[in-house]
Amino acid sequence: MFKHESIETNSGMLIVLTLVAISIGGLVEIVPLHYINETVEDVKDPATGFEVVRPYTPLEQRGRDLYIREGCYTCHSQMIRPFRDEDLRYGHYSLAAESKYDHPFQWGSKRTGPDLARVGGKYSNEWQVQHLTAPRSVVPESIMPNYPWLQATTLDTSDLQGRMIALKRVGVPYSQTKVEYEANVARFGEEVAKTLDINQAENNLMAQAQAGNYDGNPSNVSEMDALVAYLQVLGTMVDFKQFDEDHFIQFR
Amino acid sequence: MANPVKDPLTGAETTGHVWDETLQEFNNPLPRWWLWTFYGTIIFAIVYWIMYPAWPMFGSYTKGIGNNITYKTDAGEEKSTHWNMRALLAHDMQNGEEAIKQQEYLAKVGAASYEQIAQDPDMSSFVRSYGVGMFGDNCAACHQSGGQGVVGQYPNLVDDDWLWGGDTASIETTIRGGRLGYMPAYKSTLNEDQLNQVANYVLSLSGEVADAAAAAEGQKIFQGEAGGCYMCHTKEGTGMHAQGSANLTDKIWTIANLPAAEAPEAKLAAVKAVINNGVQRKMPVFGAEGRNLSDTEIKVLAAYLQQMSGGAQAAQ
Repeated sequence: MFKHESIETNSGMLIVLTLVAISIGGLVEIVPLHYINETVEDVKDPATGFEVVRPYTPLEQRGRDLYIREGCYTCHSQMIRPFRDEDLRYGHYSLAAESKYDHPFQWGSKRTGPDLARVGGKYSNEWQVQHLTAPRSVVPESIMPNYPWLQATTLDTSDLQGRMIALKRVGVPYSQTKVEYEANVARFGEEVAKTLDINQAENNLMAQAQAGNYDGNPSNVSEMDALVAYLQVLGTMVDFKQFDEDHFIQFR
Repeated sequence: MANPVKDPLTGAETTGHVWDETLQEFNNPLPRWWLWTFYGTIIFAIVYWIMYPAWPMFGSYTKGIGNNITYKTDAGEEKSTHWNMRALLAHDMQNGEEAIKQQEYLAKVGAASYEQIAQDPDMSSFVRSYGVGMFGDNCAACHQSGGQGVVGQYPNLVDDDWLWGGDTASIETTIRGGRLGYMPAYKSTLNEDQLNQVANYVLSLSGEVADAAAAAEGQKIFQGEAGGCYMCHTKEGTGMHAQGSANLTDKIWTIANLPAAEAPEAKLAAVKAVINNGVQRKMPVFGAEGRNLSDTEIKVLAAYLQQMSGGAQAAQ
């Protein structure tokens, strides 16, 4: 009769069989997700037919880099689960489509602070600046650290295009050629396609920072501009009023 | 393993490992209860695979059988689908005991007038318990959890002074559409003397210590074209709800931090700083164009604010 000792006393066999058992977990649970069409929802504007979830603009993308640099993800998740209490507190549950251009995604696994998946538009820019600089000046019971250097530091944009090209290589549809640009126009509309053009990245970043004036100081594009621009777009791309709830249920 | 080693004393099979001459590792069979629990989990897994979405297949996955979920679409159509979290959430929101109770109350509050809400103990307590969550999530970040605000930044909601009007209709408008509080900066319009004079006049309006001569000059600037302050604050300085301009004649200060200033010079400096730099404040939109709170939710918040600020009387 087969006995487990025969595996346990043969370390070569034990290694091979352990690897087989573990890789089945990955092969069966993860790999097929890439081939199942329903995994990522199809979210198109019913009026224009354009995809509503778009890659981040250069300024937002730099803000996202800072979000990761400062380790915001260690305390804040970006994943509203489909439970009633989360729906009531944070809003509509997160869609897979909403993080399809996130590399790496920021779902997180620990909420020391609140979930940020739908924080965009919830507070004014002024509040965000004040809160990031000195959280306890607006939320006395907060244990979040101060981030005073964000406003004082000019945003480094020297490697902006390189960062976007890196993201393009892992599948984010930023455009470099005319053909890619035209494809984005068809997919997202002209207005959005312009912001995804790598050749125009610096101009687009400056223009958005100037128009948005996120940190209240129009003379300089600071790290605060980028981070607040990123926070203000979180969870705002999909306008759930446009969709019947049923649309999203059908993808599961 | 051909010849298992036996412990001579008990006759039990051992692994052959011995420490300190007599300490041996026995190779006893697993406890029965453990083994059967283990087999039980395997059977559970198989039942689970059959009933719930489990195995990926080419292009799709096994959807599970025997526990369909029925829910209503937004369009009102009844649908039934295989078990999944999204359908379950829709089902819970439509049929859960607590959800239904909450919806009944929300519907009741939504249909009632503010007066009816204030007079009905049931609705009042619902507003109190539902409102505290809504306020905590949507308002407290700026206006603080007690509604006391932050002087200089976010208005106090628990006093009886309202920049944009304290009647429930105005409060609803404020929540639904947000507000832009704006006062121009006067540093390039008025010179140092004029700034001092206006600041003295503003202090005198609410009975603070002020230089009478300077205040008299300040009054001319305030009420004349040089400053034009009266256009928003009125000639009497009582402010206008339509403009969100502050009443300067009461003792309540929302921007200049007078409560923190003790000496008359410090108070003067605080008021002067506001005139110098102007005011730019923004309350976000909570209606359909912004946070998308429903009309009923906005009503609950407005009613909750009324309760917070001391009842219907104080809010008028």
